[in-house]
Amino acid sequence: MSTPNSATNPATKSAGIAALSLSGDISSILLRIGIICVIGVVLSFVSGSFATTDNFLNILRQASMLFLISSGLTLVIIGGGLDLSIGANLTLSACLGAAAMKTTGQPMAGVAAALGCGLLIGVTNGVLINKLKIPAFLATFGMLWVAQGIAYWFMAGQVIYGFPPSFRFFGSGFFLGVPVPIWVMLAVALGCHLFLARTTTGREVYFMGANEAAAHLSGIPVSRRRMLLYTLSGLMAGLTALIYLARVNAAEPGIGEPLLLPAIAAVLVGGTSLFGGSGGIIGTILGAVILTLIVNALNLLNVSASWHPFVTGAIVLAAVLADTLNNRGSHK
Amino acid sequence: MTDSTAPTVKAPAETFRLGRLLKNLPGVSYILIAMIVVFAVGNPRFLSGVNLSNVSLQAALLMMLALPMTLIILTEGLDLSFGALLGLCGVVIASLLLAGWSVIGAIAAAMVVGLVVGLINGFLISYLSLPAFVVTLGTMGLCEGAALIITNGDPIGGFSPSIQAFYQSSVFGLPTPVLAAVAFYALLWMVLYRTRFGNYIFAIGGNKDALRLAGIRADFIHLAVYALCSVTVALSAVLMIGRMNTAHPTVAVGMEFEAIAAVILGGTSFEKGQGWLFGTVLGVLAITILRNGLNLLHVEPSLQVVCVGVLLIVALLIDGGRKRSVQGAA
Repeated sequence: MSTPNSATNPATKSAGIAALSLSGDISSILLRIGIICVIGVVLSFVSGSFATTDNFLNILRQASMLFLISSGLTLVIIGGGLDLSIGANLTLSACLGAAAMKTTGQPMAGVAAALGCGLLIGVTNGVLINKLKIPAFLATFGMLWVAQGIAYWFMAGQVIYGFPPSFRFFGSGFFLGVPVPIWVMLAVALGCHLFLARTTTGREVYFMGANEAAAHLSGIPVSRRRMLLYTLSGLMAGLTALIYLARVNAAEPGIGEPLLLPAIAAVLVGGTSLFGGSGGIIGTILGAVILTLIVNALNLLNVSASWHPFVTGAIVLAAVLADTLNNRGSHK
Repeated sequence: MTDSTAPTVKAPAETFRLGRLLKNLPGVSYILIAMIVVFAVGNPRFLSGVNLSNVSLQAALLMMLALPMTLIILTEGLDLSFGALLGLCGVVIASLLLAGWSVIGAIAAAMVVGLVVGLINGFLISYLSLPAFVVTLGTMGLCEGAALIITNGDPIGGFSPSIQAFYQSSVFGLPTPVLAAVAFYALLWMVLYRTRFGNYIFAIGGNKDALRLAGIRADFIHLAVYALCSVTVALSAVLMIGRMNTAHPTVAVGMEFEAIAAVILGGTSFEKGQGWLFGTVLGVLAITILRNGLNLLHVEPSLQVVCVGVLLIVALLIDGGRKRSVQGAA
């Protein structure tokens, strides 16, 4: 985590934009792969059942959920913002999607409801930040409680469960021997990577995150880009809600909130800087895998699930500390 | 007749001052008056003595969180760990009381917990300049986790009744928690407006570098703000577990949102140390009265949170619109 990151230094930023993956990016990715290998080796000594194909696929499937919810957040953070509403957004999208699917019996209705809800929350965040000039963390933090409140009211203590098999395929099915959520993760990662690395808009997002005033003065439509990022983040929360429903086969209002801290941790551990303008989606995949491995390790060591928020909180603090020290080092 | 010039000179000055006062009042004061009128007309029970004492008791706890949050927001910071810390301290007090500690000892232990969390927040935010919202989000996880670890997720009840007795007691007919909140407001007002420390709090939000260059230990003062505020939150845990007579590990998570909402409603800005301590009192009253009125109308608690969010947006719209009209006129 302390490797120099080419994109954090403004001087090398233009070079980073031109060639994308310079040595800094590659070495930071290799470092994270190294961390994953070390945890993996330790765990395989601790437990005989760790180093099996089933367990690997299981870990990747868990990581795919965390990655999906973190992917939109990665885009927002690279653009210099923050979205604290993703967990609550997932909750509300899942509940509305489940209700729509149950009442109509049509999986497509559920898909439309979940994606529509995610999109609407994302757009609302964008409007609050752009038009009302509310700081991003405050607007999305307010949205967290509003979405959560609506979800609890809407569900009224009920759990909606039992969805058609054709829909459940997307959460618990297999394609070519690999769980479908992992394919979804790869597809989303490829899409986000191409967007960030190969499109003008994607490069503008980095510029905006590194220096918003300069980006604005350079003629980049900062408000429109910001709107796009929060909309994408909301949409990804809606998509994650669908995969969650398809895998767990039940919706209740407590599902999304515990995902917020791990999602922020995954993005930061993945090397995306909280200060905007640097990082990438590949790092977030690795960050999600590292976090899932740590949870897996806690389970293998028989640590109670009560410890999860504590450990995630400590990881967030450590990651933001490393990010800041790293950032400061490259500015000197 | 000779005096006749005096009033004519004085009158414009008076109206000018009144006009300026009205212009400077945050939008929440109008919302507050409108809500009181609507709820009083809509439900005769709203203005009953029982209900008013209920409102004041509910406002007391929120006040104990929103007032310190005002100081933190004045330093251009934020503390998302308040709610989780409140829950943790409640759990600490309850479990130590069950373990046979004295009331004073248990409360002191909770204050130490608050101090440690505040020092972690303050150190990372002040000395290392880490962003406050992520640091406090991390400590929120630590506090919530610690409370879950201590209790294994179950609420703790059956501790010494003296805590509840304190909560329900009254002095001169006024509930003790309300008096405590009022005394706390007076104390903070003195600190903020009548001491050098208070000036420095405004200055940290305004321009911390300038304060540092002036030879003041700005980082230490910044740290002290977080530490003192977290200790206050620890003390407030007494009110919370006194009200419920049980300590639940995660019940208070989310109260930080209402505290922040109250501060913003009161017109304190996230920028440049602009704020007003009494505005926070108005914000607290607005949120408490809104929730109480919705309660009387049988609106579910989960929807009440949504209404608080809407109230916040409306107040920001009013303030934003007026700021624009003032700038337009200037």
